[in-house]
Amino acid sequence: MKMVLSVDKVEFSYGKANILKDINFKVKKGDFVSILGVNGSGKSTLMKCINRILKFKEGMIFVEERDVREMKEIEIARKMGYVPQRSETGFITVFDAVLLGRKPYIKWDVSSKDIELTEEILKVMNLEEYALRYINELSGGEMQKVVIARALVQQPRILLLDEPTSDLDLKNQLEVMKLIKEVSCAQNIASIVVMHDINLALRYSDKFIVLKDGQVFTSGGREVITPELIKEAYGVDVHIKTFEGVPLVIPKSQ
Amino acid sequence: MSFKDETVSGYKSYLRNKLYIGAVLVVALTVTIIFSIKVGAANLSVYEILNGLVNSQAAGASIIWNIRIPRILAAIIAGCCMGIEGCIMQNVLRNPLASPYTMGISQGAAFGAAFAIIVLGAGALNSTQADAVIVNNPYLTVFAAFLGAMIGVSIILLIARVRSVTPEAMILAGVAMSAMFTAGTMFLQYFASDTQVAATVFWTFGDVGRAVWSDVWIMFILLIPALAYFMYHAWDYNSLEIGEETAKGLGVNTDRIRLHGMLISSFTSAVTVAFLGVIGFVGLIAPHIMRRIIGTDHRFLIPTSAILGALILLVSDTVARAILAPIVLPVGIITSFLGAPLFFYIIMKMGR
Repeated sequence: MKMVLSVDKVEFSYGKANILKDINFKVKKGDFVSILGVNGSGKSTLMKCINRILKFKEGMIFVEERDVREMKEIEIARKMGYVPQRSETGFITVFDAVLLGRKPYIKWDVSSKDIELTEEILKVMNLEEYALRYINELSGGEMQKVVIARALVQQPRILLLDEPTSDLDLKNQLEVMKLIKEVSCAQNIASIVVMHDINLALRYSDKFIVLKDGQVFTSGGREVITPELIKEAYGVDVHIKTFEGVPLVIPKSQ
Repeated sequence: MSFKDETVSGYKSYLRNKLYIGAVLVVALTVTIIFSIKVGAANLSVYEILNGLVNSQAAGASIIWNIRIPRILAAIIAGCCMGIEGCIMQNVLRNPLASPYTMGISQGAAFGAAFAIIVLGAGALNSTQADAVIVNNPYLTVFAAFLGAMIGVSIILLIARVRSVTPEAMILAGVAMSAMFTAGTMFLQYFASDTQVAATVFWTFGDVGRAVWSDVWIMFILLIPALAYFMYHAWDYNSLEIGEETAKGLGVNTDRIRLHGMLISSFTSAVTVAFLGVIGFVGLIAPHIMRRIIGTDHRFLIPTSAILGALILLVSDTVARAILAPIVLPVGIITSFLGAPLFFYIIMKMGR
């Protein structure tokens, strides 16, 4: 099976502080990978290394068998859509905000294809009625859908989402995760998502990478998420119960 | 009509509205130009103006072509430059206060001019009649002002390049640079003669009336490629608007966009300030007003900020010539006088 992403012995440090050490993993087309771990374990740094926002010194990352270090910024942006933890709002419409995802393809100005693709994504994401609203008037959930729509209109092979659900209410959390899952299935995109909510991750992901102190502590399918692992990686005692076929992580009461 | 067409046609008509706003600005500028040709010490009739424009032998031709047109063109071109510079600097530095003034460019130019006048002796001056304090060697002064303007900002950009500092740090460095240049100018003035001090102070009163045809041409020739460069990168500025990391994720080399944007806008700014002196506020308010009217889409924001900058400067200069006629005030005084209350009004009205 052809790998869409392979990360090979990647190391990254800020000055002397070693943030990532010997990171290895592979991702297939259509995979929905959750990256778990405590604050400061290197999750966001890893995301930024993958799309070369941060320049890692050691190791290699291949995207569809091309070395990212040899790709131009614009080529990387055509392969990977990245949604950072925070994005600023502004005095632009939803349509413009999503259209901006076509940036890696724009020369002087947008083409009619760019407009069409934007329109399609708005429809898929149920954002059509918001098209001409200003993004600074949107709620957190709507805004999150806009930034995900922007990443999708990049027509990426890989979607990198850094805590896409952290500011959302329950309904929007489920909706956003479901959308990501559906779209990545339909378009055969690999999604790599940094998650804090382990239960939400278990519900939608099929692969897990758990980071601890800048290293891959464990990776694999749902079966790797055990009470022992949570204790080691998060330092919390939990029960894991299966409910309606989905494992649930429940912290022990003292 | 399908759903699809509705969204796209809605978006297109939304863009069309922005073009209409641009068209209104162009009309306003055209009307101001016509009015501005008419205003002045020599009272020309509309017929004399029209005749003078087409017939170089006509009575008013020399006044129109040698005094009023260069002055008007200088105001338009410099105003365009200022609007664009403010627009770009505010965007790439992610700061609403960024302008050539906050980056120390104006103060650097003032220091350069003071250095030329006081130390290099470009300004043993003759004070004639009412208002004219004439700097003896304008070329030396212009050149020194240009150098002064570029030195400070070049140092800041060099540091930013080598140490990859944040935009906030660049702004702070600009403020520090302004303070240093201001202190330097004061130091020079402290040891200068009265007339030299008068000449340096007079120089800092920005005045579009100083421009002669060659200055106008130089500014115009610089404006065109700068504008083309900025328009080509309009989508990069749009990306920066929604955050550094998102922009990087979209393949924008933010450091390069920032450095080049600052370099080009500083250069055009240094040239205009060297020719015309310090004209404050236009670069700050024109892009802010347009941002509130037209939004942050730089495809429209850059050109409309340019036109509004030209409009503000030309209206100010026309007022400066008319308000205390026959005395002609330096336009720098009027831009702040007119600009500040207008700006207040807009902030209050659209306060966000």
